[in-house]
Amino acid sequence: MQFGLSEEQVLLQDNVKRFLTDKVPLQAVRDYADGGSDAEIWQGLSELGVAALLVPEDHGGVGLKPLDAAIVAECLGYHVAPGPFMGSVVMAPTALVASGDDHAELLGELAAGSKRIGIAFGEAVGRRADARVTAADGRLNGSSLFAFDADADAYLVADGSHGLHLVQADAAGLSRKGLTTVDASRRTVQLTYDNAPATQISDDPEVFASALDIGRVMLAADTLGAAQSMIDQAVEYALQREQFNRPIGSFQAVKHMCAEMAAGLEPCRAMVWFAAHALAELPDEARLTACHTKAHLAEVGKFVAKTATEVHGGMGFTDLLGLHYWFKRCGSNRQWLGAPELVREEAAVLQGLV
Amino acid sequence: MDLSFGQEYEEFRAEVRGFLDKHGDKSPRNAPMRSPETLEWQKLLIEHGYTARTIPEEYGGFGAEPDIIKSRIIAEEFADARANSGLGGQGISMLVPTLLEMGTQEHKQQFIKPTIHGEMVWCQGYSEPGAGSDLASLTTRAELDGDEWVINGQKIWTSTAHLADWIFCLVRTEPDAPKHKGISFLLFRMDTPGIEIRPLVDMTGEANFNETFFTDVRVPKHQIVGQRGEGWLVANAILGHERDSLGNPNITLTRFNALVDLMKTETLGGERLIDNPVYRDRLMQIQGRVMAMRFNDLRILSSRLNPGQDAGLARMIVKLQGTELRHDLEGLAIDIMGEIGLSYGDNPHTRAGGTWQQQFMLYLGLIIGGGTSQIQKNIISERGLGMPKEPKFEKASGQQA
Repeated sequence: MQFGLSEEQVLLQDNVKRFLTDKVPLQAVRDYADGGSDAEIWQGLSELGVAALLVPEDHGGVGLKPLDAAIVAECLGYHVAPGPFMGSVVMAPTALVASGDDHAELLGELAAGSKRIGIAFGEAVGRRADARVTAADGRLNGSSLFAFDADADAYLVADGSHGLHLVQADAAGLSRKGLTTVDASRRTVQLTYDNAPATQISDDPEVFASALDIGRVMLAADTLGAAQSMIDQAVEYALQREQFNRPIGSFQAVKHMCAEMAAGLEPCRAMVWFAAHALAELPDEARLTACHTKAHLAEVGKFVAKTATEVHGGMGFTDLLGLHYWFKRCGSNRQWLGAPELVREEAAVLQGLV
Repeated sequence: MDLSFGQEYEEFRAEVRGFLDKHGDKSPRNAPMRSPETLEWQKLLIEHGYTARTIPEEYGGFGAEPDIIKSRIIAEEFADARANSGLGGQGISMLVPTLLEMGTQEHKQQFIKPTIHGEMVWCQGYSEPGAGSDLASLTTRAELDGDEWVINGQKIWTSTAHLADWIFCLVRTEPDAPKHKGISFLLFRMDTPGIEIRPLVDMTGEANFNETFFTDVRVPKHQIVGQRGEGWLVANAILGHERDSLGNPNITLTRFNALVDLMKTETLGGERLIDNPVYRDRLMQIQGRVMAMRFNDLRILSSRLNPGQDAGLARMIVKLQGTELRHDLEGLAIDIMGEIGLSYGDNPHTRAGGTWQQQFMLYLGLIIGGGTSQIQKNIISERGLGMPKEPKFEKASGQQA
C-alpha cells in the first residue's frame, strides 16, 4: 500500500516546477493579463511533455493518468500560469478517448501541442436563459458563455442532452468575443453559433461526464497549488514584516491565521490525490469524490485566499504585490464547471439523497 | 499510488469478519466498564488479537508483531459492524504504551496484564488549576522521606478518578531545576490515605472529570517511571498517543452515516430532513470535510508504511481539524431537529438516547482538552510552518518564580 506520489511523479513535479519558476514569474502573468500571449509558456510546457500527458501512447502521447495531470495542475495553480491546460491537456483528450472513436489525428495534434481545444460546457453545467445551445444535423445554434481558452483552434461544445460536438474556431457561423472576468491569468470567451458546422464527438452522457469529472478535479488541483502558494507567501511576509519591533509572524493572531490555512489545506492534498487516482482506478467512487473535491477545495481555497490576503495587511490589497492574481484564480476555479452548492447537490443526487 | 493491501490482508479482513459474524452479538452496548459482559468481551478480543494486539504475551497481550494495516482492518471492520472495539481509557491507550517503552520489568509485569483486561482502571494526574496549556509549570510536590514519596498538591480534569484503582501522576520532585527538568512520573493507588476526590460536573451533566487533592499521600519510592526529573519526557511520549487518538476519521464516518440515517427518517413540517435543500447542503459540506480527513488519514498510514514519505503536517492538523469537524457534525444534527434537538435526559422525545447533544458538548470539551485548538495552532505554525514562538515572559504576574 502506498498512498502518495511515485518517484516518477515527483520527478514530473520537479520538472514542471523548475520550468514555471524560471519562465512564469509574476511578471509573465502580468504580461499575459495586459494582453500578451501564452504561446511561449505553452510551447515550453509542450516540450516538457505536458501537452501529451493524457494522450495514449499509440497516438503519440505519454499515456499517463489523471493523478499525473493533477500534479501538473497543482504546479500551474501555484504559479497562476496561463495556458490551455484545462481544455487541451485534460478535458478534450479525456472526452476524445472516452468516445471510443478513432480520433488519431486530433489526439496526435493535441499531444504535439500544435492544436488547442477549448471547452464550452455552459449548456450542460449552469445553463443560462440567455445562452442556449442547440445541435441538429451537424449544425450548432445559440451561444456558450465563458468558454475557456480564448485562443483555442476548436471547441468541444456540450448540448442540453450532454452530447459533445467539435466546432472549429474558424468555422463559418462561429463568432468569438472575449468576456472579461476578474481572473486575468486566463481568458474566456463567448461563442455564438449561427448554423455553425460541427462534428458530433459523442451522444453518450458518460463521455461528457468523464470530461466534466476530470475537469473538476483539475480545477481543485489548481486551487490546491494556488492556495499553497498564498500560504507560503503569507508565512514569508509574516516573517519579514516587522511591527512593534517584532516580526508580525511572532504574534499569535497572525500565526493562528497561518495555522488555520495550513490545517484546512493539508487534507486537501490527500483529497486531490485520491480524487485523481479514483478517476482512473476506482470507478465506483470517482464521480462522488470528484464532486466533493471540487466543492471542498472551492471552500478551503476561498478561506485561504481571504486569510492570506489579510496576513499581508494593506499590501495584500494592492497590485504592487500581485497577490490578487492568486485570490482571483481561486475564485475562478470555484465558479467554473459548477460552484460548490451546485456540485454538492450533484453529490447528493449521486447518493440517492434527492 | 497503490491502495491495495494485498492477498494476505484480504484474508485477514475475512477472518475478522468471520469473528464478528460469529461473536458480534456478544458485543456489549452501553455496559459499564467493570461489568461481566464487558470483561468477557475484552478477554475474547485479546485472545483473538483484536485488541491489545501487539502487547507481548508475557504481559497478557496477544503478542503479534506491529502491523498497522491489520490494526486498521480491525478498526474498520469493527466500526462497520458497529461492534465494541474493546476497552480504551487512559490506562490502556496511554499508560501501557509508556510502560512498554520506559517501565521496568517489575512495572510491566505488575500493571500491564490487569490493565488491558479491564481489571485495573487508571486515571491521569496531569493538569492542575494553575497548569493547563502550560503543563510544565505544575506545582504538586513530591518529597522523598525515607523510602516513600510524600505528595501534596492538587490535580484537575482527572477523568474517571472516582472509578480508578490507580493514578499515573506528574509531580515536581526537583523544585530547583528548570521547570521541564524538575518533574517525575509516579504511579500510586487511588485508595492511598490522603487522596480526596471531588467530582466536577461538566456541561453534559455528567461528572466525567474530578478535582483530586493530595495531602501527605505516601507512595513507595520505586513506583516511579523513568528517573527523577525525567517525568516530562515520559509524559510527552504519552501526549503523542493521546493526540493521535482524538478525531479519528473512521469514527467520524460512522457518525456521519448515523446523521444520514437520521435525516432520512426524521421529519419536520411534514418533510423529511433530507428533503430540505438547505439541510442537505450542510450535510454535503460535512461529507466533503469527512472525506478530506479520511484521505488525510490514508496518507498518514502510508507514510508509516513507506519510510521517506513525509506526512508531518498532515499528522499535526488531525486533532484540530478532527475535533472541530466532529463538533460541527453533531451540531448539524441538533440544528436540523429544531426543538427536538434540545431534548436530553429523560425527555421522551430524545433521539438516539441524547447522543447528538452529548457528543456535541463532549467534542467541545475535546476541542479544549488534550491541547486546546489554540495550542494546536501554535504547534502547526511553529513546527509545521517555521514561525517564531511568542516571546517568553518567565516571571509573568501571578506565576511563582
